Amino acid sequence: MIPELGHIALILALCMALVQSIIPLVGAHKGIASWVAVAKPAAQANLLFMVIAYGCLTYSFLVHDFSVSYVAHNSNTALPTLYLISGVWGAHEGSLLFWALTLSLWTGAVTVFSRSVPDVMVARVVGVMGLVTVGFLLFMLLTSNPFERLINVPAEGRELNPLLQDPGLAIHPPMLYMGYVGFSVAFAFAIAAMLGGRLDAAWARWSRPWTNVAWVFLTLGIALGSWWAYYELGWGGWWFWDPVENASFMPWIVGTALMHSLAVTEKRGAFKAWTVLLAIFAFSLSLLGTFLVRSGVLTSVHAFATDPSRGVFILIFLGTVIGGSLLLYSWRAAQIKSTVKFDIVSRETGLLLNNVILVVTACSVLLGTLYPLILDALGAGKISVGPPYFNSVFVPLTVPLAFLVGIGALMRWKQDDGQKLFKRLIPHFVISVALGLIAPAVFAPTYSLGAALGVGLATWIILTSTQWLLDRNTAGRGLLQTIRNTPRGGWGMLFGHAGIAIFIIGVSLTSIYSVEKDVRLEPGQDYELGGYVFHFQGVENFRGPNYVGAKGTINISKDGEHVVTVSPEKRNYSTGMPMTEAGIDAGLTRDLFVALGEPLGDDGAWAVRLYHKPFVRWIWLGCIFMSLGGLLAASDRRYFKLARKTRLAENESTVGAA
Amino acid sequence: MKARHKRLGFVVAGLVGLGLATWLVVNALDNNLSYFFSPTEVKQNKAPAEHIFRLGGLVEAGSLERGKELTIRFNVTDNAYRIPVAYTGILPDLFAEGQGVIAQGKMGTNGVFIASEVLAKHDENYMPPEVADALEQSHNAATGAN
Repeated sequence: MIPELGHIALILALCMALVQSIIPLVGAHKGIASWVAVAKPAAQANLLFMVIAYGCLTYSFLVHDFSVSYVAHNSNTALPTLYLISGVWGAHEGSLLFWALTLSLWTGAVTVFSRSVPDVMVARVVGVMGLVTVGFLLFMLLTSNPFERLINVPAEGRELNPLLQDPGLAIHPPMLYMGYVGFSVAFAFAIAAMLGGRLDAAWARWSRPWTNVAWVFLTLGIALGSWWAYYELGWGGWWFWDPVENASFMPWIVGTALMHSLAVTEKRGAFKAWTVLLAIFAFSLSLLGTFLVRSGVLTSVHAFATDPSRGVFILIFLGTVIGGSLLLYSWRAAQIKSTVKFDIVSRETGLLLNNVILVVTACSVLLGTLYPLILDALGAGKISVGPPYFNSVFVPLTVPLAFLVGIGALMRWKQDDGQKLFKRLIPHFVISVALGLIAPAVFAPTYSLGAALGVGLATWIILTSTQWLLDRNTAGRGLLQTIRNTPRGGWGMLFGHAGIAIFIIGVSLTSIYSVEKDVRLEPGQDYELGGYVFHFQGVENFRGPNYVGAKGTINISKDGEHVVTVSPEKRNYSTGMPMTEAGIDAGLTRDLFVALGEPLGDDGAWAVRLYHKPFVRWIWLGCIFMSLGGLLAASDRRYFKLARKTRLAENESTVGAA
Repeated sequence: MKARHKRLGFVVAGLVGLGLATWLVVNALDNNLSYFFSPTEVKQNKAPAEHIFRLGGLVEAGSLERGKELTIRFNVTDNAYRIPVAYTGILPDLFAEGQGVIAQGKMGTNGVFIASEVLAKHDENYMPPEVADALEQSHNAATGAN
């Protein structure tokens, strides 16, 4: 009964999505107020039905209803409750349901938090998001219904992929989806603004906080995925330039460009057409990401068994969304004119460069990701583009960008005095170069110019950001007062940029100074790596809830003193799928990482992978700082002030009317 | 500076940037591509002798040799031909006999493929599309279809 209820709720949600898209869009076009008013209730009804449908599937998981094919394929009675709940989005059908639910959640949020936005605009935004919802619900109902029943009900379900049985991965997809789908709001605002012909600073202001929040989710989602890959896959890497990773990274890059371009459009009214284009691209790349992950066209560590017919549907959907919005853009772009002028030395130029670099970077990642697919489709052979490609393109492109971060924030809008700017920056530059050159010589085991560059860039960003804060400390105000007077948006920028500095330190030092070794160790044997001595005690067998495992014990010491004991595991799940659980000792300046390979021979010797990874935590710490920055910027008071002002005005007008 | 000059400046800067990026991309692509070959294609000498490439097929049942040391030997087959592979290091979790595998590396002088990387999959039911294609082709060749 419950699964059928879920199925019906899904169909009703589709009906509501149709109402939510067609009536408000037509109403807004023809100026029918009552049709425009349909937008909010229809979107909320759609959300209600989506929640019901999602609840039904979750319920089926919790009561082990194996008559539902999806439940039987992705859970069993031995699975802990947490993974029953996260199992809902663990495979194709459920993750699509989750995607659609997220879209409805964002739409619902728009109806609640857009008091300051005119009703016609909200109606268009909700309508556009409704159209996307229609696409996804059709896809689900036609090709991948999560409520499909089995005729022969199995007594026990299959195992959830053991890789997914992990708290980190349980929350990684929801975060990522919230980010992906969140860009649909910026997209919908851009399309709505084009439909209404009103591309002014106001729409940029409305969509800015939404874009920021979506970006925060995406940042956290990607960081969680990277952290998970690090400790769960047992390879000790934190980024593989895997196509599926790229699929989430490309919308992130373009989303970052969009955030900055929106700032220019809001504050200065420039880059209007460009910002619209970026909003379209950010969401299109999110859709492309979904397509790449779900269609099975990729050879990737992430590519789960998939069905190509679904890929065709997503491809058509993708073509419709991108093609339609670009068509609208080409029709409207001629009317969008940014008449604002600015000098060469100005913050606008800085942000323009930021955008150009980010978009070029996104393009080069896109090229590396799609190139094998294109060659294969043309019959020109099967190739793969390895991580060295991405590294050798990405690093030269982003180093100037990191340098620009320091200058851009300090430049004034419209025009700045180049010489004065130069004078202010030169001391920071000298200190950064000096510190960068000296630090590796003093602290590192070997000298590396890459490390010098990393430390120098990070110092540069931190110093110039501090300078920005000090510049606000104008005559007559104490430092404390300055700190209090700095708006959240400003703090957002500071935290975001500090995050980049921390991230750069993490990436450069980890990539340069990590030491890794696969070795054969007998019980009682020592191995020295990165100044630490790894003492292998041996491996013992044990039994877990739904697996049998082997647990190793390794004592790690430095200079004769015991540091830590780690216990890496090798598990064999009841499906026969093996899993490696690494033993990691985390630290702010270094991680020690041990993973078990295979037993070698009969005398208790094992193949063991040992790592010493300096500053690897800083990579994720940087991401946390960036996310914090995004949140601060999104919660800037002026967005709420605006909302309150409109509300007051509304109340007054209703009082006046009465 | 006049608006026209400024715009020209932006365009030139943009073109220079784009050119630089293109150069980076082309250069990097050139050095970091690796083509996929099946064991049959390797036997027909279609694979490069000097450059790295990807060899894919099934891990032949009964061919896996684990010694006392870290080096592991196995055969990759497309059911028509087999290529011996040697790999030193720790194999991914889902590596097993009879399963699909992709190994990246170079041909050694003695006809043994020296793998520097063996690719893992997340899902035990998953077959890399290249491997599926290679198996189908050798099957078709054997049965005279095609």
